[in-house]
Amino acid sequence: MNQVILYTIISLSATGVAAAIILFLIAQRFRVIEDPRIDDVEDALPSANCGGCGYAGCRNFAEACVKAENMSGLFCPPGGNDTMANVAGILGMEALEQDPEVAVVRCSGSFACRPRTNQYDGATSCAVASSLYAGDTGCQWGCLGHGDCVRPCEFDAIHMNPETGLPEVVDEKCTACNACVEACPKDIIELRKRAKRDRKIFVSCINEDKGGIAKKSCSVACIGCGKCEKVCPHDAITIENFLAYIDPVKCKLCRKCPPVCPTNSIHEIGFPPRKPKPEPVAKTLEAGESDEPTKKEDKK
Amino acid sequence: MRTFRLGGIHPPDNKITAGSSIRELPVPEQVSIPIFQHIGAPPKILVERGAEIKVGEPIASSEGFISAFIHSSVSGKVIKIDKVTDISGYKRMAVVVKVDGDSWQDGIDRSPELKKEIKIEPQEIIQKVLQMGIVGMGGATFPTHVKLSLPRGKEADYLLVNGAECEPYLTSDHILMVERTNEILCGISIMMKALNVEKAIIGIENNKPDAIARLTECARDFKGIEVAGMKVKYPQGGEKQLIKTLIDREVPSGGLPIDVGAVVFNVGTMFAVYEAIQKNKPLIERVVTITGKDMKDPGNFMVRIGTPVSSLVEAAGGLPESTGKVISGGPMMGKALNSLDVPIIKGTSGVTLLPEAESSRKEIQNCIRCSKCVTVCPMGLEPYLLMALGEREMFERMEDDKAMDCIECGSCSYICPSNRPLLDYIRLGKVEINKLRRARKN
Amino acid sequence: MGFVTVSPSPHEHTQGSVPKLMYGVLIALLPAFLVSLYVFGIGALIITLTAMVSCLAFEYLIQKYLLKVTPSISDGSALITGILLAFCLPANLPIWLVILGSFVAIAVGKMSFGGLGNNPFNPALVGRVFLFISFPVQLTSWPEPIVNRLSYLDASTGATALATMKEGMKNSESIPEIMAGIPAYTDMFLGKISGSAGEIAAIALLLGLVYMLIRKIITWHIPVSIFLTVTLFTGILWLANPAKNPDPLFHLLSGGLMLGAIFMATDYVTSPMNTRGMLVYGVMIGIITVVIRVFGSYPEGVQFAILIMNAITPLINKYVKPRRFGERLEDG
Repeated sequence: MNQVILYTIISLSATGVAAAIILFLIAQRFRVIEDPRIDDVEDALPSANCGGCGYAGCRNFAEACVKAENMSGLFCPPGGNDTMANVAGILGMEALEQDPEVAVVRCSGSFACRPRTNQYDGATSCAVASSLYAGDTGCQWGCLGHGDCVRPCEFDAIHMNPETGLPEVVDEKCTACNACVEACPKDIIELRKRAKRDRKIFVSCINEDKGGIAKKSCSVACIGCGKCEKVCPHDAITIENFLAYIDPVKCKLCRKCPPVCPTNSIHEIGFPPRKPKPEPVAKTLEAGESDEPTKKEDKK
Repeated sequence: MRTFRLGGIHPPDNKITAGSSIRELPVPEQVSIPIFQHIGAPPKILVERGAEIKVGEPIASSEGFISAFIHSSVSGKVIKIDKVTDISGYKRMAVVVKVDGDSWQDGIDRSPELKKEIKIEPQEIIQKVLQMGIVGMGGATFPTHVKLSLPRGKEADYLLVNGAECEPYLTSDHILMVERTNEILCGISIMMKALNVEKAIIGIENNKPDAIARLTECARDFKGIEVAGMKVKYPQGGEKQLIKTLIDREVPSGGLPIDVGAVVFNVGTMFAVYEAIQKNKPLIERVVTITGKDMKDPGNFMVRIGTPVSSLVEAAGGLPESTGKVISGGPMMGKALNSLDVPIIKGTSGVTLLPEAESSRKEIQNCIRCSKCVTVCPMGLEPYLLMALGEREMFERMEDDKAMDCIECGSCSYICPSNRPLLDYIRLGKVEINKLRRARKN
Repeated sequence: MGFVTVSPSPHEHTQGSVPKLMYGVLIALLPAFLVSLYVFGIGALIITLTAMVSCLAFEYLIQKYLLKVTPSISDGSALITGILLAFCLPANLPIWLVILGSFVAIAVGKMSFGGLGNNPFNPALVGRVFLFISFPVQLTSWPEPIVNRLSYLDASTGATALATMKEGMKNSESIPEIMAGIPAYTDMFLGKISGSAGEIAAIALLLGLVYMLIRKIITWHIPVSIFLTVTLFTGILWLANPAKNPDPLFHLLSGGLMLGAIFMATDYVTSPMNTRGMLVYGVMIGIITVVIRVFGSYPEGVQFAILIMNAITPLINKYVKPRRFGERLEDG
């Protein structure tokens, strides 16, 4: 009995040693010599593999960085400027600063503002729905609400609000990786310059219908009236196809445009509450406004 | 009994309107004629707001090779050229005409008398088919003159005519075959001349014995036209399935019917060709089946292009209280409409109203891997796999698994015992694969 | 009229559903159950009911309290697992073993993979093989047919045809000698033999097959390819040496081959997804079964053959594709 155990131990150990030697030799023979800096760069990255840089994953991005002659065109949105400075340091190159950005949902057609006109009953996917038809409301531009933007987010930074049926971005978590922007078949989500204290002013609508049609389908649609364009002191607002757009670079966040918008489609977020002014602001407040908590606070 | 071999299903027939003869739908007060009525490039609009037009006057001319002319289906005044919700579910360009009387353009022969003698040459036929705005009327709306212009080096030896009408509910082709038999046969002869083929076969499913009998009888007077009865099986009217059934040839993956020497047309198109060539009448009206289990007076109507679906529904006794879904086309491949104001177009073979009880899909359950979707797929694909890949956005793998061969017949979604939206994701995959292919080319 | 519904085509759906298919299989199992009631009486009733109830209970409890999803026991799949498990157990098996087998079948074989549709192995077979390996004695003492209808645990036991055959071969007896101790083929066909509860009557199982084929619950490919392979393989052996090998009919009628080929190999979840794959799968099951029966140490091999092929099914699905339309056989 003892002998059997002994033989077993000896033979198994011998097999193990032999296998180890063979594996060692093979590993030596077929070793892939890689630039060690790739590992260093990869370690410096957030390893979220979100694809925001345009490469398949962090490893691919690291390889691209090591191969590149300068850092132009290489940027890791989740890591931001700090990470890129580290990466550039490892590679002995100059980092190119980029303004941090944040995803913004440009539709505020909640259930209350945008009445349903039919019932969608297909696969729960915005891509499927949008290839079928305009959507279950009168607005063919707006959010379909099936959450295609939520699924690809690696950072848990965008959620559907069941009360409004619209996605909401958590600014602190958003890394501007672009995944939701690409996922949205209606191109509603946009990356905009991230300002101090996450303040932002933007037109929360992409409806290019004529004012009357837009307003009929959604009470908070931009009707392209041009009031904001006139009031803007920085030439940041343009109107094209009955739709206002605020250029995030030109906009100085002066807060002149939101009060003049007759449909409340310009949102201002992250600002202290406005002081009550003698001007009849109340006139611009109309139905549907009650659905926007952020806006309500701002107006008060 | 003739039929295709691979896959196929037997959905309930529901041909409520079979045998109800074609009625003329009164011209509505206003029509919106969409510019997008066919596959290919949108045509160029020829009229301006305020213009007075007559029936049959061209209002848009084809732009590029794969495109088609569009003619006014009414006489009156163009009141606007604007975006109108059409069958795509989106607002797209259309010419809106306020109807005033019914005066036709000169040169259009509106008499019912049959003109059998074909006087013009093949090249002229193709030219005329283009100018008369003829497109495939089975639903795909592919411009007919493109099919007639065979690629260099390819030759057709069979002209196949699709009278299968395998789609449940619809009977517009059926009634056309019964009531316009000689016109269709004459249209086929014209197409045979244009394509320089000796043999034509009309494939009709056996649930239309009157159409088979009538066509067989009349076909004796025409040279080279054979009428073939086919076993009832969906999707027999699919182009590739029809070719397999009638001449036992399989169009290779990614290929066209001409690759196996066949050209396929719908019977409706043959009638339109006859009218265009022999009567000089552009494609401005078509037979549309309006049907539904709860409809008061369902039937087959001759409808001017651009007529809103609501007028058709009115003519058939009004919208039933129970309506839950309005489909342009039949229930298998038709498109659900989000509004009754959508205009009838050249490809609208019917409007089917489903009661509320039949409108919603059932709850989706786990795939139990029963392989029924694979068994019924007429293209030999694996829908369960394609859907899983589509959900995970693995479009390259979908392409490797031949997703582009899918003919979107819906047999897989129909048969799935777990009510899974198989076709939804396959269709999505096809769109994405097309994008990938375009990106690869550039 | 409310809002119209808009959805992608098709807008029509078959009346078929998962429960309908599953209850169809249950109906197909009915003849075999009746025969087992006739042959083994109260024992068959006890183990079948126990297995069905415990499978349902385990599925319900696991879904409700562990997975916290809406229990889906009404779809009938747990019932089938229960019946199939009972059908390949001896009718005199103690109740606690049946319950243990049901637990392994449902908890380990099915739910641990995510429930119906996700299990790689046939749950009933997982339960049965677990019991077979853990409790070989209890699993290989079958009650005598007909005589024990009113006794359950204290039934007198007999040997199955396959066990007799294996035993005889071990003792180098010739086939005619062994055959003398084996019931006549007509008895085997009608089920008047000793064996597991549901596997004994070929005729009842074939009736079930015909029903499932007519209702289009399954296709012919798997069972027929198994039968043909077994016939062919054992036929060759028999022709080569009739003194040492029993004829193909013996193999077809004995043991769990019919039950396995008709009801277990055809399990939707664990069998290949297209007819070409099904043929490969069936042929391989046939070969492995015969190899185990003839050359292995176990008298019966169907269950192992099916489990082995279950493991290979994903590979078959990956490499054996259906015949695509337009794929030309002659020019590849």
